[in-house]
Amino acid sequence: MDYFLQQLINGVTLGAIYGLVAIGYTMVYGIIGMINFAHGEIYMIGAFIAVISFLAVGLLGITWVPLAVVLVLILTMLFTAVYGWTVERLAYRPLRGSVRLAPLISAIGMSIFLQNYVQLVQGARVKPLPPVMSDVIVLADQAGGFRVSVSALQLLILALTVALMIGFTQVIARTSLGRAQRACEQDMKMASLLGIDVDRTISLTFVMGAALAGVAGVMVTMYYGVVDFYIGFLAGIKAFTAAVLGGIGSLPGAMLGGLLIGLIEAFWSAYFSVEYKDVATFVILVLVLIFRPTGLLGRPDLEKV
Amino acid sequence: MTSPQDFAEPLLRVEHLSMRFGGLVAINDVSFSAQDCAITAIIGPNGAGKTTLFNCLTGFYTPSVGRLTVSHSGHRWLLERMEAHRIAGTARVARTFQNIRLFGGMSVLENLIVAQHTKLMRASGFTLAGLLGLPVYRQAERAAVERARYWLDRVGLVEMADRQAGTLPYGAQRRLEIARAMCSEPRLLCLDEPAAGLNPRESADLSVLLTFIRDHHRIGVLLIEHDMSVVMAISDHLVVLDYGRKISDGPPAVVRHDPAVIRAYLGEDESESEDDANGEDRNRREGQGSC
Repeated sequence: MDYFLQQLINGVTLGAIYGLVAIGYTMVYGIIGMINFAHGEIYMIGAFIAVISFLAVGLLGITWVPLAVVLVLILTMLFTAVYGWTVERLAYRPLRGSVRLAPLISAIGMSIFLQNYVQLVQGARVKPLPPVMSDVIVLADQAGGFRVSVSALQLLILALTVALMIGFTQVIARTSLGRAQRACEQDMKMASLLGIDVDRTISLTFVMGAALAGVAGVMVTMYYGVVDFYIGFLAGIKAFTAAVLGGIGSLPGAMLGGLLIGLIEAFWSAYFSVEYKDVATFVILVLVLIFRPTGLLGRPDLEKV
Repeated sequence: MTSPQDFAEPLLRVEHLSMRFGGLVAINDVSFSAQDCAITAIIGPNGAGKTTLFNCLTGFYTPSVGRLTVSHSGHRWLLERMEAHRIAGTARVARTFQNIRLFGGMSVLENLIVAQHTKLMRASGFTLAGLLGLPVYRQAERAAVERARYWLDRVGLVEMADRQAGTLPYGAQRRLEIARAMCSEPRLLCLDEPAAGLNPRESADLSVLLTFIRDHHRIGVLLIEHDMSVVMAISDHLVVLDYGRKISDGPPAVVRHDPAVIRAYLGEDESESEDDANGEDRNRREGQGSC
């Protein structure tokens, strides 16, 4: 039971990170109907920017941890937002209105480029980050039993994820930007006839998704303490799986999917085998695509083909 | 851009407009103008290029040749050079569609608020103020809801405000589309067959609504319509197109007796069109008959 509880905590933490990345996939898919294949790399760049900004913040002599974390988060979100905007501007906008395959391929190109660019600039070696927050709250520690603990960092990850989820749901539901996004989702041409700048709305969607991926990057860096230029690929595909599982295009679906993928991965590693945890995730992807292509919360879409 | 003599300009001036698609000439050297506070009807048999004209006006197509000028509030805009969202937001031209294009997944009220996007976006400081719920944005949003209410009241949809737009009955969707266009506060309203599919009572209501829009909101209305009872009752000016050319232009009383118009609607030779009794010809005849 204790072992189970510990895995639950680990799985939820992991799921929160996947969920944040999955939101980026789902939002972009919602508005332009295409998968942003460079999104995983944005997350990876977020992780690198987190390492760099932690160093920078440390050099500036800011040692109070909460302030340092907030500064790092803001810096990372700013930079990844710029990367997200650039990806849309270079790989998607010039190809809008051409065949659907073209922007897909250019995005894959973008992804390969970003990976290699980071490898060239930062080196291929794994970059470590010393633990920033090491407080641990022990929940259960009976003699002979399994020690169940939740770290302050895990709590931070969960709290931040919940806060961002609420914030973004509010943006989509209440602000005029969110309304414009939903309008573009349904009928881009009509939206532009009502004075909505469709290009800008799409750009902002990429920017929002990238900023969330940046946050996920910061979290994963703090959580695992290492980054390399290749983490974006696997995390990207897993987050994509999460988005598909939840129902691509649905915001709560992305979060739910992320959570489920995180849990599946944690439990699979704990009870079966760590080596095959990725296999478990991708089996889910295949099964969902075969038996329920609209995902758990997605509605069958009759109009878009 | 602005000079005093522009005030005499008509609201919309179309000059030598041509639109070609490959070898097909959909509009061929059409010129006319539409006045402010007036309803200008564009009529003509199917395939005459009426909707293509609207598509050129609202930025769907870039015209092959010609100039489209909108002038109001002391400014002048050349529509053929503007992006669609600027035509709507800056030159303030709104339109509706022959096949209704509402945001079916949104509520009726939201459809009307989306139409006020430009204003709200500015008020919300591009989202930030809106997210924080600052008073500036709250106030702007209240005003937007108020305007939406006003138009819902006008088109008789107040009690349906929270329903999904896609679930409304056909006639209500047509009215909602007009309300949505009006919520964007246009100076030129382009309506593409607003009476299509309406029953006679709904058509009569539509005529009342359109004259109300002209007289109380003092904007120009450009109207494509086949229903001659509506056209003849409310339009101040008629432009007749046939095969992409303008064949007549003037007040309804003059245009209806123009031999060129009668020829276009009934065909060159009476007996010939009798043989060719397909649906479209019958439509043309009915159109003529009721005016």
